[in-house]
Amino acid sequence: MARIVISGNYAQSYAAKLARVDVISAYPITPQTSTVEKLAEFVASGELPAQFVKVESEHSALQVVVSASALGARTYTATSSQGLLLMHELMHWASGLRTPIVMGVVNRAVAPPWNIGADHTDTISQRDTGWIQFYAESNQEVLDTVLMAYRLAEDPAVRLPVMVTEDAFYLSHTVEPVDVPEAREVDLFLPKRDARAVLVPGMPGRVGSFTGPDHYVEFRRELAKATERVIPILQQVEEEYGRVVHRYHGGPLTTYRVEDADAVLLTMGTASTTARSVVDEMRAEGQKVGLAKLRLFRPFPTESIRRLAGEVDRLGIADRSFAFGSTGPVETEVSAALYTAPHRPALSGFFAGIGGRDVTPGEIRRMYDALLHGGPTENRWIDLEEQEARAHG
Amino acid sequence: MAKLTLPAAELMYSGHSACPGCGAALSMRLLLKGLGPRTILSIPACCWTVIATPYPTTALGVGVLDNPIEATGASISGLRAAADALGYKDLNIVGFAGDGGTADIGLQALSGMLERRTNAIFVMYDNEGYMNTGIQRSGATPLGAWTTTTPVGPTSHGKSESKKDIMAIVLAHNPVYAATLNPAFPEDFDKKVEKARDLPGPRFFHIFAPCPPGWKFSSEETIELGRLATDSGIFPLYEVENGVYRITRKSGSLKPVAEYVKAQGRFRHFTPADTEALQAQVRSGWEHLQRMEAETRPTGVPELTKPAPRPIPVPST
Repeated sequence: MARIVISGNYAQSYAAKLARVDVISAYPITPQTSTVEKLAEFVASGELPAQFVKVESEHSALQVVVSASALGARTYTATSSQGLLLMHELMHWASGLRTPIVMGVVNRAVAPPWNIGADHTDTISQRDTGWIQFYAESNQEVLDTVLMAYRLAEDPAVRLPVMVTEDAFYLSHTVEPVDVPEAREVDLFLPKRDARAVLVPGMPGRVGSFTGPDHYVEFRRELAKATERVIPILQQVEEEYGRVVHRYHGGPLTTYRVEDADAVLLTMGTASTTARSVVDEMRAEGQKVGLAKLRLFRPFPTESIRRLAGEVDRLGIADRSFAFGSTGPVETEVSAALYTAPHRPALSGFFAGIGGRDVTPGEIRRMYDALLHGGPTENRWIDLEEQEARAHG
Repeated sequence: MAKLTLPAAELMYSGHSACPGCGAALSMRLLLKGLGPRTILSIPACCWTVIATPYPTTALGVGVLDNPIEATGASISGLRAAADALGYKDLNIVGFAGDGGTADIGLQALSGMLERRTNAIFVMYDNEGYMNTGIQRSGATPLGAWTTTTPVGPTSHGKSESKKDIMAIVLAHNPVYAATLNPAFPEDFDKKVEKARDLPGPRFFHIFAPCPPGWKFSSEETIELGRLATDSGIFPLYEVENGVYRITRKSGSLKPVAEYVKAQGRFRHFTPADTEALQAQVRSGWEHLQRMEAETRPTGVPELTKPAPRPIPVPST
């Protein structure tokens, strides 16, 4: 185990190297670039004996790893924002072909106007593509989650692509101490890919194919069943990672000081760190607040949300994106999860940190205040309210 | 009867769902004969998506990966990268795309694959239109041809633009090998496949694939039409190896394109002026090709004097 100070992007690169990926393919986009630059260095120096296919678009990057994975290779790619949107068609191919690709995504706002700040619209837009989606809070979590993602993706009962996301700049370009496990530890946890149901040279067979309604439904149902197996298998994967690497990130939904809390705020990504410190401050003032951090957005951890809801009366959801014509995407999921729950807390949705706007302690406090002292704030676009509050001193 | 020298092994089986007389089906059969069983095909959305038959069957004796229509170039780069990483030797990686999936929507990925020097073969089987979707015009549809999106009527007279020169585009990338192939000339076809098979680097085949329902001719005339296409200069047969051009079939004087035009319903509306416009294009294309052959001939190597091409008899059934 070596402790080094690296960015979230480098945490992705180190994890891919430790996973001994066979094929990498990527196209540069801000703020993902340093991940693939580092991987290019690893390959050039001989530290990582992988094929790195430098392509002419993100669309091709994902096709390269889909095809490489279909032949049995362990693969990695990384992108962000517009690049992810360009991949959209291939996103469905990756899950439909059951290729266990792991992709790093830097969450960045979507144009227009051009904006490279943190925002979850890009990955939320890929919600229904059949990918597993993890949102990381720290660079350590990025590295550990990428390694666990390979085990999860390649599990014979899962065989699905996984994305591990990190907020633009807050993680992608911010350095933190990260404990990097030894290669031999990772090798124990993550042996070579056991490739099944792939193309075999010299053997007739077709991966993909076409069907009428007679078989198509069965394919989709198999995909759905695979996603249903993710959460129990994730628990095994995390336990095993903990045994070998001695770190545990707490399942799809982790909680902080929610016992006896009058109000709990649910966050994804880096807003969680700020919220945790606000919880401590407010608790010190005698205000009973807690935090729930959502790590896994797809598949959505419905059971964990219901368990949490059983303990609280007021639940706030801080979305870092907005679903036009609806509301916060995470808020929608939580609402749906709780409709049939025996205990349904009052829900308030907030939109905070859009397009790289800082989610400040003041904003978090404003959300807790709204939860504790009445219904939702008048303006649920917290960024705008904060701006106004600042303008009026 | 001349003895055919084609490999006997069949890797495309009966039961496929091609239309009768399909040039793309003949092309696949000949291609796989030359490549053999250590081949993986990546096939985008095209007629062959359907011809290869639905799940859980396959009409092909090799591994097949489906890919979206625009991504074949990237797919074969990925397959080659995996083959190299996993240590698979002697594996032919082949993209098999239609003209739309190559020259239109697939052009970016094709260019990327050629520029990256991917060790793979990209095949464009050219039926000169979006035939799987029901005969719409593509960049590869020839000048004047009727399609459902280039109708013939008071304000429209077939396709008003010329056929996209995919070979020129590919050759601008300096592939190790690029050739035109025509299933009406199976021995020339097979020779090119077997030659390209053993060359490392990016390789490209432009295959002439007559489409009876799309071009409006009778399905038993595919071979005849194919021969006419080459012998009229509509689809000359040549290869370019590391920049050196070689015309692989020279039949003396070209037949008039009028014969080729007359044989197909998609040119039924042609006036003598339309035929002449097409003839002029063919003439200048043929002259250009001969010039390229002369200009790129390695110095000191005289032009091979070849016997007149011998027709391959079609067995009567």
